Amino acid sequence: MSVIYILLAISLVVAIIFFVAFIVSVKQGQYEDSYTPSVRMLFEDELVKTGNNEKSEELRVKSKE
Amino acid sequence: MQATNCFHCGDPCDRQLITFDEKSFCCAGCKTVYEIFSTNDLSHYYDLQAAAGTTPKAIEGKYDFLDNEEIIAKLTEFNDGNIQIINLYIPTIHCSSCIWILENLNKLNKNVTNSQVDFPKKTIRITYKQEDFSLKELVLLLAKIGYEPYISLEDFEGKKKVSDKTLIYKLGVAGFAFGNVMFLSFPEYFDLNSSAASGGEYWLNQYQGLFRWMMFIFSLPVVFYAGWDYFVSAFKGLRAKILNIDVPIALGILVLFLRSTYDIAFNLGSGFFDSLTGLVFFLLLGKFFQQRTYSFLSFERDYKSYFPIAITRLNLKGKEETVPVQEIEKGDRILIRNEEMIPVDGTLVYGNAQIDYSFVSGESEPVSKNIGEQIFAGGKQLNGVIEMIALKSVSQSYLTQLWGNSIFKTDKVTAFQNLTDSIGKRFTIAVLSIAFISTAFWLFYDPSKAMNVFTAVLIIACPCAIALASPFTLGNMLRIFGKKKFYIKDTQTIERLAKIDTAIFDKTGTITTTQKSTAHYEGMPLTPDEESILKNTIRASNHPLSRSLYDLLKEQNIITLDEYEEHVGKGLESSKDDINMKIGSANFVGNNITENELDTSIYISSNNAYKGRYVFQNQYRDGLSSVFKEMSETLSLAILSGDNEGEKERLEKLLPKLTPLYFNQKPETKLEFIKTLQDHDKKVLMVGDGLNDAGALAQSNVGIAISENINVFSPACDAILDASKFQQLYSYILASKKAMRIIKMSFMLSLLYNCVGLYFAITGQLEPVIAAILMPLSSITIVVFTTVMTNLIGRKLP
Repeated sequence: MSVIYILLAISLVVAIIFFVAFIVSVKQGQYEDSYTPSVRMLFEDELVKTGNNEKSEELRVKSKE
Repeated sequence: MQATNCFHCGDPCDRQLITFDEKSFCCAGCKTVYEIFSTNDLSHYYDLQAAAGTTPKAIEGKYDFLDNEEIIAKLTEFNDGNIQIINLYIPTIHCSSCIWILENLNKLNKNVTNSQVDFPKKTIRITYKQEDFSLKELVLLLAKIGYEPYISLEDFEGKKKVSDKTLIYKLGVAGFAFGNVMFLSFPEYFDLNSSAASGGEYWLNQYQGLFRWMMFIFSLPVVFYAGWDYFVSAFKGLRAKILNIDVPIALGILVLFLRSTYDIAFNLGSGFFDSLTGLVFFLLLGKFFQQRTYSFLSFERDYKSYFPIAITRLNLKGKEETVPVQEIEKGDRILIRNEEMIPVDGTLVYGNAQIDYSFVSGESEPVSKNIGEQIFAGGKQLNGVIEMIALKSVSQSYLTQLWGNSIFKTDKVTAFQNLTDSIGKRFTIAVLSIAFISTAFWLFYDPSKAMNVFTAVLIIACPCAIALASPFTLGNMLRIFGKKKFYIKDTQTIERLAKIDTAIFDKTGTITTTQKSTAHYEGMPLTPDEESILKNTIRASNHPLSRSLYDLLKEQNIITLDEYEEHVGKGLESSKDDINMKIGSANFVGNNITENELDTSIYISSNNAYKGRYVFQNQYRDGLSSVFKEMSETLSLAILSGDNEGEKERLEKLLPKLTPLYFNQKPETKLEFIKTLQDHDKKVLMVGDGLNDAGALAQSNVGIAISENINVFSPACDAILDASKFQQLYSYILASKKAMRIIKMSFMLSLLYNCVGLYFAITGQLEPVIAAILMPLSSITIVVFTTVMTNLIGRKLP
């Protein structure tokens, strides 16, 4: 068994992992709205201000998706 | 009056000023929204962006149809009896505050479990519990805070749009394979002259077979999935006896694949898998690049996007019931509330009709109708409740029957042969003849090389660069135009726009503005006292004409009127000290000498003596004369107006001499007019704005809709031009002509590369590595060239 086989196998596996990740992200619609998440990201701090309960609920909802 | 702006919506509070919580508001609606937000700990809304709000509108009864289970079922995306998910379009979404408040809806109502905004599309996806909540309550909640969703007949009928992701998948597959094949062919590149026979690098030769077969495996999905469309298109073209650009591309892909497989199977060389995957990847990249869509715009709208889903019908016993609009039949008695759209043609039987036909004709001035008169579908009632009797069904109304015309079913794309395809034909013939001639030569000279040369010619001549020139140039132009507020539906529209030789304009709303109007006074001069009373009287009126006049009159001190009365549909009456004024229609003020009925005027009388009138005129867009003058040099022009001839003389003065003007044109006659021009081989550009232009826009070679507010309304068209950019229309047409010239220059460039490649191919020395260098190099040259050139054009555009 040559080291080449191992290297090829590793490079293939890595490539395929990225490929699958790409397909999955397209399927989930991650590329459909490329603007709103950039704004939403900045809101997380504001939610803390209004109380911790809300924040955890928000997180729970997000993780469900 | 100092300029105070509303804390909620930012409008000046000059009509009304409400102070609450040490903040000023322009109306009760804005104040209420503020109250809702502050009591629910959501006043952070105003920190994110000042004065971000929208004034909520009165909507009593408008959403009663949302109680109907059948309608709910059609509108919701998911519904299991407990949880419902709905996607709503909210046109007022415009800033980050909007996103924040809408995604925090659950604080306003606990039944909302999740809400997610898609800002570019202006939609919100809401998940809510149905138990003690309903879609209607949700919509009312949104409307109450100024985010009234837009629910139209289209949502009701249309299938849920699914965005097509296949191109992205294919691009992903091709890119993945391209990268890996490149990687796997590197050993071969570094090991050019040392094959196993001549004793090259040992371990490279040892694993050559493995590397090559792996490349073969990677290229399979590229040929049979990512590049499959080219085979399909070439096959379709050939069956229709058209040699489109996809024929040489498909031939190139096929030959590349077969020759490479043959080469590695018989151990003749490394094959051209790198070029093959690279070619498909670049081609798909070009396709992806020209597929620019403005997700917030819709180019496909017909009347269904504007019509309500359901309407209130009065049954025989006089009871109100909500029915879907399609079920309205001739003879039904219909109730239209304030701000509601009239869905069918009918006769007015009750109430004061003030109908805004701006959707239909672009005319912003509301029209008054008396009982017994006909009212047409597409108008919006502005003045309280009316009742009408339907004369037709929805699809047969004056406006909507236009969509029965076959022109709405034909696609402009199929009828047009683009530049690339017309070049493709000549190109294919040239390539095939070169291939056969050189093969014949080699058959005679050295038969062992003949097959090699034949395939090499087809491989190297594969018009990758030619196929890329047009998508990249036009895709880039699309983006540049988009930045200049000229939104084009697809790249082919630019090609058609470059070929235009006739331009037809609608009048109202297209070459006139709807936002400003001018008025001049005719008659005896008013005394300062009278002027003051006039201004103060119309201040209290909400009639659109009063509002325009109010803004036009010079500032006056606010005085308290002794008496004030509004006679709906007629005018206003007020008195102060010893002056009694009447302001309104000619009959109301007692002026029986109506000199010119075509004008829109406000008549004024003081103490029952006729004083004079303010005549409103269409305000033409700035620079109208110069735009028409420029255009008339290369294009033939005409005006098609649905209005009467009232403005004829003014237009004749403004426009170049002998510009044909046609008045009283119906939607169908506009369509026919354009058709007749096209029968005489004219390439017609139609510029319009209302639904009544929809037929003409669809029939024309390029239909441009002018829109004051691109988010709100435009009929189906090929391009939407922001009204503020009207003056630039001609320079945009010229820019698209220049873009076509860039494509032609790119063709020349890529032909140069092809000549170099063909030299290697014909002489039988095409090594895979030369192909692998030439192909990407020519593609990248084209991409760089077109990008630089289009940006140069874009910079010159005002």
